[in-house]
Formats: sequence, C-alpha cells, structure tokens
Amino acid sequence: MKRKVFAYPYIVWMALFIAVPMVFIFYYAFNVDGSFSFSKVWATLSDISKWRVLWVSIEIAAGTTVFCLLLGYPVAYILSNMRKSIAAFISVLFFVPMWMNFVLRTYAWQAILEYAIPNMLGWTDKTLTGSVWAVMMVLVYNFIPFMVMPLYNSLSKIDRSLIEASGDLGANGRMTFFKVVLPLSVPGIVSGITMVFIPAITAFTVPALIGNGNYNLYGNEIEMAFKQAAGSAGSADYSVGSTLAIILLICVFISTAVMNRFDKDHEEGGNLL
Amino acid sequence: MKKFFCFALALMMLFAFAACSNSSDGPAANGDNEVFADGDQYDEIGGELNILNWGEYIDPELITLFEEETGVKVNYVEMTSNEEMLIKLKSSDCVYDMCFPSEYIIEQLIASDLLLPLDMDKIPNAKNIMQDKLEITNSFDPGNKYSLPYMWGTVGILYNTTMVEEPVTSWGILWDEKYAGQIWMYDSVRDSIGITLKYLGYDLNTRSEAEIAEARDLLIAQKPLRKGFGTDNMRASMINGKAAMAVIYSGDAFVCMDENEDLAYAVPEEGSNVWFDNVVIPKSAKNIEAAHAFINFLNDGAIAARNTEYIYYSTPNQAAMDRLDEYFTGSETYNPPKEVLDRCTVFHDLGDFVSVYNEAWNAIKMK
Repeated sequence: MKRKVFAYPYIVWMALFIAVPMVFIFYYAFNVDGSFSFSKVWATLSDISKWRVLWVSIEIAAGTTVFCLLLGYPVAYILSNMRKSIAAFISVLFFVPMWMNFVLRTYAWQAILEYAIPNMLGWTDKTLTGSVWAVMMVLVYNFIPFMVMPLYNSLSKIDRSLIEASGDLGANGRMTFFKVVLPLSVPGIVSGITMVFIPAITAFTVPALIGNGNYNLYGNEIEMAFKQAAGSAGSADYSVGSTLAIILLICVFISTAVMNRFDKDHEEGGNLL
Repeated sequence: MKKFFCFALALMMLFAFAACSNSSDGPAANGDNEVFADGDQYDEIGGELNILNWGEYIDPELITLFEEETGVKVNYVEMTSNEEMLIKLKSSDCVYDMCFPSEYIIEQLIASDLLLPLDMDKIPNAKNIMQDKLEITNSFDPGNKYSLPYMWGTVGILYNTTMVEEPVTSWGILWDEKYAGQIWMYDSVRDSIGITLKYLGYDLNTRSEAEIAEARDLLIAQKPLRKGFGTDNMRASMINGKAAMAVIYSGDAFVCMDENEDLAYAVPEEGSNVWFDNVVIPKSAKNIEAAHAFINFLNDGAIAARNTEYIYYSTPNQAAMDRLDEYFTGSETYNPPKEVLDRCTVFHDLGDFVSVYNEAWNAIKMK
C-alpha cells in the first residue's frame, strides 16, 4: 500500500502534461465561437489534400521502419551473439550520438548531404538534399538505435539451450533462425517497430531541413496550421491544427493497438514500451 | 570571415577601453569616451529589461554596454518567426518589455491594442532616423506613434555570377528551365506568393482570389525547377556555390556577398517588397523607463553603426550611415538607390483574408 505514494508525482505529472493538453486539443478542435460544434472538424476532415499528406507521411514512416528493421536486425543478432561486456560497450557506442540534440544531428546531416559528400565527389551543381531518400536516410539514422536496442534485448534473452536443441533435432542454421530465433524475437520486433514508426510519422524537423522544405509531412502540416492560426488577425483559431493532431493521435493509437495484438502471444521478452 | 574577425577584435579593444575608463572614473565620466556619438549620458535605471528579438539580430556587446551604463539587467530571448512573437505578445502573461516585429505584425498589434505609444521625449536620438524611412513606416504605423524602424531591407534575387550569365532583371528568371534544381525560394507565405504576384504585375497585398490563384499555379508549376524552400540554410548553400539563385532578404544577401565574391544581388524591375523590423514596447511592459532608454541607446549614431556593422542589415539611422565606410554605403544591396525603393511595397496586414493566402500556400507545399 505504502509504495503507491511513490507513483503520485508521476500521476500528477501525467495529469498536468498529458491529460490537460489533451483536453485542450479536443476543446480547440470542437470549439466554434464558444460552443461545441462539429462544423470545423468536418471541414478539416473533408479536405482531401490533408489526407494525401497523411498518406505520404505514413509511407515515409513505414519505409523508415522497414529500413531500420532490415539494418537493425542483423546488428542486434550479431550483438546478441557477442560476449556480454563487448556487446554492452558497442551498444553504448550506438547511443553516444543520441546524447547530442536531435536538431543538431539533423543539421550535421544537412551539411554532409549538401556539401561534404558532393564536394568529395567533385559535384559542382548537384547535392544530395531535397529528395525523399535523403529524408528517409536521416530518419533511419536518427531512429535506428530505438530499433536495435529492443531487438538486442529480446534476442539476448533467448535461451541458448533452445538453439542447441534445435540443432540436436537436426535443424540447420537457417531453419533454426526462422523456426526458433525469429519467432522468439517478435516482442523485440514489435516494440522496435512501434518505437520507430510513431516518432517517424510525427517528425517535422528532418523533412524541413533535409527535404529543403519540399516535403510536407503531417508534423509540418500541424505546425503550419498552428502558425497560420497564430499569425491571423483576431483571436487565433486552432481548430484545424487540433483536428489534425487528433487524427494523428488516432493513427498512433491504432498502430499501438495492432502492435500490442501481435505482442500478446509473447508476453515475456524485451518489451521496452 | 576575416573582416568579421578584424571587426570583432576592434570591438573588443574598444570595449576594453570603455571598460577601463569606466572603472577608473566611474559612470560619470562616460560622456567623454568615444562610445556614444553625442557624448550621451545614461542615468542609472536598474531593474530588468526583457527583450524578444530575432536570432543574431543585435551585437551582443551592445547589450553588455547598455547594462554597464544603466545598471539594467537585460534578459535577451530569441525567436524565429513573427508568428511566434505574436503568440507570445498575445498571451496574457507576456513578460517582454520590447520586441522587434515586422510591419504587417505591427498593424495587427496596433489593431489589437497591445502596444504602448512611444514617449518621444525619452528618445531624443529618434531624430537620427531618416525621414524617407519614417514616411514608409508611417503607412503601417500612422504617425510613427508606436514604433521606430530598427532594420530594413528589400527582397530580391541573390545569384551566382559564375552560373547565371545574363543580367537578372526579372522575377521570370526563377521560372527559367536552364536553372532547374538550382533555384531557392523563401519558405514564407507572404514573400513567395508576394514576389510571384509582382511578377504577374499585381499588388503584393492583393485581395483578389483570382490573382492569388494565378500566382499559386505558377508556383506549383515551378516545382520541378525549384531546389526547395529555404530560410537560413540558403545562406550557406549560396556561399558554397550549391545553387544558382535564391530569393532572399537584402541583409542576408549582403552577408553572403561578403563571403563569396561571385555572388550578386538584384531587385527585379517588376518591383518587390520593402520590409521593416521596428522596435515596439508592449502594453504589458514592466520596465518602460529602461525600454525607452534602450531604444534611445540603439538609435545613437555610433551604436547603430556598430550594430549594423555586426548584423549587416541596413540601418534606417542617418547618423549611423554617416559613420559607415564605403563598403556599406556604396553597396546597392545595403543601401539601395531611390529608384529601387520606389518600385517596392510594404506588406500590409490582410486580416481574415490571409486565409486565402494560406490555402494557396498549403496547395503549393503539397505540390
């Protein structure tokens, strides 16, 4: 009973900084001249261009997640087969760049793609910024540790004797991997996907800095809606921005729910969320 | 860059000198050092002064100097957009004693009754401000009652003369297929749509939906030619020769031209935007005394000259212009001739109509 006391600060924190802002988002979305109304939300929902932006954002976030998984899984697998002390050291190296601010890292990539690499290759009139691929690459760079760590956690928790047993029963390496290791690492895959997909779908600094402002993702769209509302005359109308934020919230909610479903059969394992 | 270091060194020496004389003779002796143009003296005011300004938009040494002269503790906060400032000024717990919004924002702030009329008796140095600039600012702040110009400039095309051979005289060059992928546009609704309207021969404050739709379609068609929409990142890109041209503010252009001599700046003949960032005091200001003293301080000829030499944006201060060397005053980018100014217009607040611009902008950004 007594231990519950320690949770109170966190509950207060959550109420203040998660629940209250959430109430505000809904208030702003449905508030039309002081009364509750669906009219503005409906107007935003029926704007097809906004849905197109959402779709592009989902595509880019999904692409980022796939690349993170394809690149991160082998790394996590190799790490899990190393001696614990070496693996710990290497995973620290993975996280060292994360100690630096996200925006600074993105600026560094901007310089690399705009100047460093093109100059090295002697290109005078071409740069690497401004393409979807550049945006995705920097997103992958920024989020890959969040894929590798849960994967590594769940892979290293797999009981070695299961792999040995698989070999004793006549399975070759490939079969062991697909029949034993891969299914047992599903919790790690699931939390890795969640931890990459959700921040990727909401990212807005990377498309702005690396995409040369050419790609408006959903995060940029929300930012723009709030800025435009603030910049217009009279009292600001945050309805559009709030509605977009709610849509994004629903997307995140759905993807988390789907992921948890996958995760159900694998209660144990390295779930970071 | 070398120039900047020389200047910084000179500043530091000057500053050290001022500091020395301060410590030996006390504040009363300030009048006879060379810091101020007219041997001004500042009374001890004390308290705190909360300033909200754009990034890299003041010589930080000047803040220290002001603090030493007046005993005021300056809290200096930076922002990145007019909209951000508007949010801060509109909120009920605004703590700022002064800030530096652009013209169309000042119109809104005046309309919302958020600004304090300036007490010109406390700003004797306002006499240094050029009359022709005050005539322009008069159009958005009638009688120059609430604001005084701080920095100003034009919007134009910065281009690399090794990549662009013909003279740049028209905005049309931004739609020239020769330069596909080499063209930077400015990531701002009013600026990008504004210059397109000018190219089409319309007013950049137009309230005609048809004209805006025409500009929108032109900008959508420009998509394959465009390198992107940039802001501060365009400077490095242009200095390093990574793009042929950029729509940019004259002050930024002047900075770039200082770093790369292949760059040139032109204000196209169709006309453009002339902008002003003015200093204002919000109604909610606490230290009104210090805010006025700081505005007066900034308008001292010697101080304004130091400030503009640091920022590279054009000063509206005649006493400062008299102190600047040929490098500044002789540059058509820094000091555009009258015929350039005559074809430029200021942005005005559009009220609710701005939503038409915003919708067009959303369509452009979504390609």
